[in-house]
Amino acid sequence: MKNKNKNEREVVFWPGNIVVAEAAIAAGCRFFAGYPITPSSEIAHALSKRLPEVGGKFIQMEDEIAAMGALIGASLTGLKVFTATSGPGFSLKQENIGYASIIEAPCVIVNVMRGGPSTGLPTALGQSDVMQARWGTHGDRPVIALTPSYLDEVYSETIRAFNLAEMLRMPVFVLIDEVLGHLSERLEIPDPSEYELIDRPRPTVPPEEYIPYDSSQGDVPPMADYFTGYRWHTTGLNHDKTGFPTTDPKICQEEEERMERKVSSNLDKIISYDEFMTEDAEIGVVAFGSTARAAMVAVSDARDKGIKAGLLRPITLWPFPEEPARELGKKVKGIVVAEANLGQMIYEVERVAGCNGPVIGSNKVGGVPIYPGEILEKIEELV
Amino acid sequence: MHASYTKYLRMNRIPHMWCPGCGIGIIVKAMIRAFEAVDWSSDDLSLISGIGCTSRAPGYLDMHTLHTTHGRALSFATGVKFARPDKHVVVISGDGDATAIGGNHLIHACRRNIDITLIIVNNYIYGMTGGQYSPTTPVGAKAATTPWGNVDIPFNVTELAKGAGATYVARGHIASGVQLERLIRGGLNHNGFAVIEVLSNCHTQFGRRNRLADPIDLIDSISKSTVNIRQAAKMNKEELDGKNVVGLLHRDEDRMEYCEAYEQIIERAQNAQKNRGRR
Amino acid sequence: MSDHYEARFAAVGGQGILLAGDIIAVAAITFEGLYAVDSPTYTAQVRGGPTKVDVIIDSKRIEFTRTTAIDFMLCLAQHSWDRFGFDLKDNCIVLIDPSLVHKVDEERYRVYRLPIIEITKKKMRKMVYTSAVSLGAMAGLTSFLKHESIKKALRKKAPRGTEEPNMKAFDYGFNAARELLKT
Repeated sequence: MKNKNKNEREVVFWPGNIVVAEAAIAAGCRFFAGYPITPSSEIAHALSKRLPEVGGKFIQMEDEIAAMGALIGASLTGLKVFTATSGPGFSLKQENIGYASIIEAPCVIVNVMRGGPSTGLPTALGQSDVMQARWGTHGDRPVIALTPSYLDEVYSETIRAFNLAEMLRMPVFVLIDEVLGHLSERLEIPDPSEYELIDRPRPTVPPEEYIPYDSSQGDVPPMADYFTGYRWHTTGLNHDKTGFPTTDPKICQEEEERMERKVSSNLDKIISYDEFMTEDAEIGVVAFGSTARAAMVAVSDARDKGIKAGLLRPITLWPFPEEPARELGKKVKGIVVAEANLGQMIYEVERVAGCNGPVIGSNKVGGVPIYPGEILEKIEELV
Repeated sequence: MHASYTKYLRMNRIPHMWCPGCGIGIIVKAMIRAFEAVDWSSDDLSLISGIGCTSRAPGYLDMHTLHTTHGRALSFATGVKFARPDKHVVVISGDGDATAIGGNHLIHACRRNIDITLIIVNNYIYGMTGGQYSPTTPVGAKAATTPWGNVDIPFNVTELAKGAGATYVARGHIASGVQLERLIRGGLNHNGFAVIEVLSNCHTQFGRRNRLADPIDLIDSISKSTVNIRQAAKMNKEELDGKNVVGLLHRDEDRMEYCEAYEQIIERAQNAQKNRGRR
Repeated sequence: MSDHYEARFAAVGGQGILLAGDIIAVAAITFEGLYAVDSPTYTAQVRGGPTKVDVIIDSKRIEFTRTTAIDFMLCLAQHSWDRFGFDLKDNCIVLIDPSLVHKVDEERYRVYRLPIIEITKKKMRKMVYTSAVSLGAMAGLTSFLKHESIKKALRKKAPRGTEEPNMKAFDYGFNAARELLKT
């Protein structure tokens, strides 16, 4: 369904997974490699049709690992690349996600989260990859994970994921869940003039002067596309600025710290969050993704009952919005952390909020969303 | 020296890290001569590897080189080639990398018939990780993890590639560099997925455990195990038992290459879109 | 509250009922300027398995996207009723095809029986029009959305070339439902 409203914004009614696919195209993505997995598969369905229409490439690889590999290969040629997966597929991709991190290849990975460890609940909601997103691959590396709650946000955050991946030369995750993936709601497609598209920094020096990991101009080194005359080496080994392996402890330390800095020194550009009635809040609620929508209702219902509740909704989950969490922690008597898992983000809230009162969880893992009433009960517990 | 090796090498990365007497050097030389013979510019070439001794080769070659994760070289290569079908992609891998951890990618790259040339250096063992047995270690052979002899049946790598749909399959060995160059060149020229298995030596890990610690002895034993495909045609099954047939083993020029097939998909999708627009 | 409405369409996989949910949501959004969300059941795609789609309509942006108090439910299979006959308001309008659904809670709900399958089979001769007949029947029995809005949305969403038969099928359902209300 397509319709133009008065501001000439196209109004559509698409399921979340289709919104992801269309946003990727709008962001300039021209390469997708994936592997079938519920509940993310519709993203691949849509892109297998749409990408060739815009001259892009779609490939279904033999497994999740290969999909991640192909993605990185294509990224090195200069394309904006993207894959979508869910729980087990995200686990399988982790090694090559680490590879993308160390060679600093821009790529976007959408994880439509589902429930359970292992095969778990393949077709039901979960938000159980909070910590996998942060620590899933071995070793230290910076992480960006975006967690939209509404389909217009799914659209804008998917575009933002591409921009951040390109700007900072790193994998960026978008974590949605089964509910958002299959939900359809009214969505106004922003006109391309309403958002900016960012490309990776490319070298300005001639090939003979190119140093692949030259950080003299900043923590994000310019990246040359393959086959443009800049011949350079990429390796998963720790490397120096020439890109070749090194075991020099000082260089390894400096390079890993530089990669961390790409995120830690750009928090203002990365962190996004929303607050609802937190100004005078006495009870805090923290929730992300589809659960945050139930939390919104719970907070409104609490207010109706005279309880001063307020919601902090991280739209960037990693790096965690520490400052607003700390501010919230300062003013409230207690915090409810609602998430469709057995308690993951709560560790982060406990760590940063410095709340004098209790921090308790509202958790559910059976594949059914947390209902507003359940969060409200927890709020009332804290009163 | 017939070829200008230095044109393709990163001379500042030499000396290499391989053991003295290792066959990989011979293979890299043959590969470079083949690059020169087909006149491919370094700027149009990507050399991709996984993990292992062989996989260190790209570091020494002055082109777009990608040293990836263990077993996954072909998946990265598929991404590079599919994104830029007009450029050349070569993968160099070992027996463990290509046929164990990367076995799934191997058969699917064969099936897709994407225009990538894969060189598998088969030295019958995991060299870099410490001499563990691989999917090509002969039955009875000793390895770090088969101290009492190997009971796993090895793969026949070329038959595997052929069965999976590779459209150019060849086997060479390090005692015949001229033939090897010719086989690699054939693979580079072939428009489709080409697999060249190269029988090689690891005296350090395989030889030492199997009474062939001297590289000359090991190379000799490899050489003696081979029989040229033309000769093999005249031999019976018993005579061929235990022999490695070398040469061009299989070629199919008729199957469409993957990227070319996908170009047609793009065309079909764009035409359909245009037609929708017209209506 | 008159500005909030929840509807559920339950059937078995293959009847194309998921599309009905989409059409109702589009009717609300496009032709009445309301907000709507639509969530289909998502399971392994099995023909004949119970399936449903929930639609929530509101004059404000919808926060919680699950149903909690359903106003209207269409059900075309007994096992779909057994599985999805929950979250219904007392007095919820329940529309069933009596040849497929035999047992529902008559005390709690306002149950209407229409031979949707038979109408589709006899009048349209193609079962793909089950959704259109059902939507017509829903439009005949309920008034939250204008029936013209639903009809317009159906026309908009109908596959190219099937607009007219879909309109006809809608009318058959609509008229049958109006007849039912008269009795």
